[in-house]
Amino acid sequence: MAGQEQQQPQSRDTEVDEDVPAAPPAPAEAQASAATQGVDDLLDEIDGVLESNAEEFVRAFVQKGGQ
Amino acid sequence: MTAVVPGKPAHTGGGLPAGGAMRVMGSETEYGIHAPSAPGANATMMSARVIQAYAQVTRQRAAGGAETRWDYTDEEPLHDARGWTLERSAADPEQLTDRPPVLDAEAVALAYGRQELEANGEDGSGTLLMNMVLGNGARLYVDHAHPEYSSPEVTNPRDAVAWDAAGDLVALAAVRRLAADPELPPINLYKNNTDNKSVSYGSHENYLMPRSVPFGDIVRGLTPFFVTRQVLCGAGRVGMGQDSSRPGYQISQRADFFETEVGLETTIRRPIINTRDEPHATADKYRRLHVIIGDANLSQASNYLKFGTTAMVLSLIEAGLAPRLEVHEPVAALQAVSHDTSLTATVRLLDGRRVTALDLQWIYYEAAAKHAQDTGVADAVDGDGHTHAVLERWAATLTELGGDRAAAASSVEWLAKLSLLEGYRQRDGLGWDSARLGLVDLQWADIRPEKGLYYRLLARDRMQRIVDDGTIARAMTEPPSDTRAYFRGRCVSRFGTDLVGASWDSVIFDVPGRGKLQRVPTREPLRGTEALTGGLFARHREAGPFLAELLGLSPSS
Repeated sequence: MAGQEQQQPQSRDTEVDEDVPAAPPAPAEAQASAATQGVDDLLDEIDGVLESNAEEFVRAFVQKGGQ
Repeated sequence: MTAVVPGKPAHTGGGLPAGGAMRVMGSETEYGIHAPSAPGANATMMSARVIQAYAQVTRQRAAGGAETRWDYTDEEPLHDARGWTLERSAADPEQLTDRPPVLDAEAVALAYGRQELEANGEDGSGTLLMNMVLGNGARLYVDHAHPEYSSPEVTNPRDAVAWDAAGDLVALAAVRRLAADPELPPINLYKNNTDNKSVSYGSHENYLMPRSVPFGDIVRGLTPFFVTRQVLCGAGRVGMGQDSSRPGYQISQRADFFETEVGLETTIRRPIINTRDEPHATADKYRRLHVIIGDANLSQASNYLKFGTTAMVLSLIEAGLAPRLEVHEPVAALQAVSHDTSLTATVRLLDGRRVTALDLQWIYYEAAAKHAQDTGVADAVDGDGHTHAVLERWAATLTELGGDRAAAASSVEWLAKLSLLEGYRQRDGLGWDSARLGLVDLQWADIRPEKGLYYRLLARDRMQRIVDDGTIARAMTEPPSDTRAYFRGRCVSRFGTDLVGASWDSVIFDVPGRGKLQRVPTREPLRGTEALTGGLFARHREAGPFLAELLGLSPSS
């Protein structure tokens, strides 16, 4: 996507995916439902990306000191 | 004989419009490093592999002479901004960063075998090169046990975001190269600041300031700001306490690792205000303020605010206009702010008031906005081109944090990460001690777009962009045009085989036919720009004539 040097402050009340049509304004309940759907899709995608065996992976991430 | 980079003398205060968000600045990122298939691998050796891999990517083989070594002449890690120098014998060994880090042959052979040593960039003296100067003006090297990218000097927060993100692409290119080598274990790099097992590694900012500003003013002016700016630019962390022994979520990756208010160290007893005083520039004119308290940011908006608001507060301090307030017990306050994601906790001021982190940020915002308006730099049309946007975003973000937090989640990194974690908690009923949430926190910072969770959100346009992808890609190979990084980067790209070293304030040539090395000092950060030296590079393809004209322009002895 093109650069957006300055985005205007967002005035959305709930988090809605960008590809949801902006108008007409949806009732709050529908917005919340769309937001939930967006989160569910996102979590489904991330489930497929996360390393397997979370416990072992996190435990093995051991760093030496730094600044 | 030496030459100086041609150009007009810099103005007092650096030659940039004063009063706002413009300033010479830069970032340093130490990446977390992990080879899942080789859990016992030596971290320093793995970090050296990352540097070697990038050298291969740029065809600047470390041992082949095409890559530029770091020049350590001007490193002064024991100089304290309060006016003294620490005795070497009293220093922690990790503070002695003015000596090239050396992996000797024995250490390498122990870690990877003799054959490996011979195949991978030994320079003949049994040491591995662990430093590169890149064509974009940055430094890529092994710092302690991490690969570190130090961005080139830039003049504004938008460019700071671009050239910091370019470092993530450099790191990605090295990771890809290593992953394609069937002989080597794949290495993952993470743009975070802790392993959640009591170790932290840094993400630093550097800001050029006139040396005439008393250091005490900097400490007083910055401390309340640093205690609270994390609400804008904290990266978020699963776990409380240095070793994460208490379950929970906090705003900052770094806050729990700070133990004192002011000090020289960066690896032990970490201070809110670091006094390391290496100007890397004309020392009687400038100081380089070395900021160690920030989190590494993937969110461009958080990174932009981190640099932009800090630059503006430094402008306030320079003008003697910093808000006159002091936080009671700043280290404890820093951690209290980090531990309160509701943003309702209050910190006590020495005058008795109790204020929230957002209150304190608004106080700084109002002062910065007034000063910027008074100096004219904040004007949307006739200003300096940066301050107006920083102020607008600063106010908008504080407003969102005070009310519409869902909106802030597309820009403020700790909130973006928190909203993802809350999604998991609600869907799967996970507690904060769940390993899965720990993995989400870690993998948030994986620099690979297909694995890094920040990048998954970015791909869905759930994270705002300050600069577009093309700008970041260009910043990976191109230096900023308006600082001495232009001269350094162009010299590396154009004359790499004729360079024997470079640093922030020098480029050293070894040109055939010349008897001795030519060290070109670059001690003025706003000289060596494209405007001043672009013609020189356009006229010469070879180092000999290039140097001859450079020396001829400004001969000195």
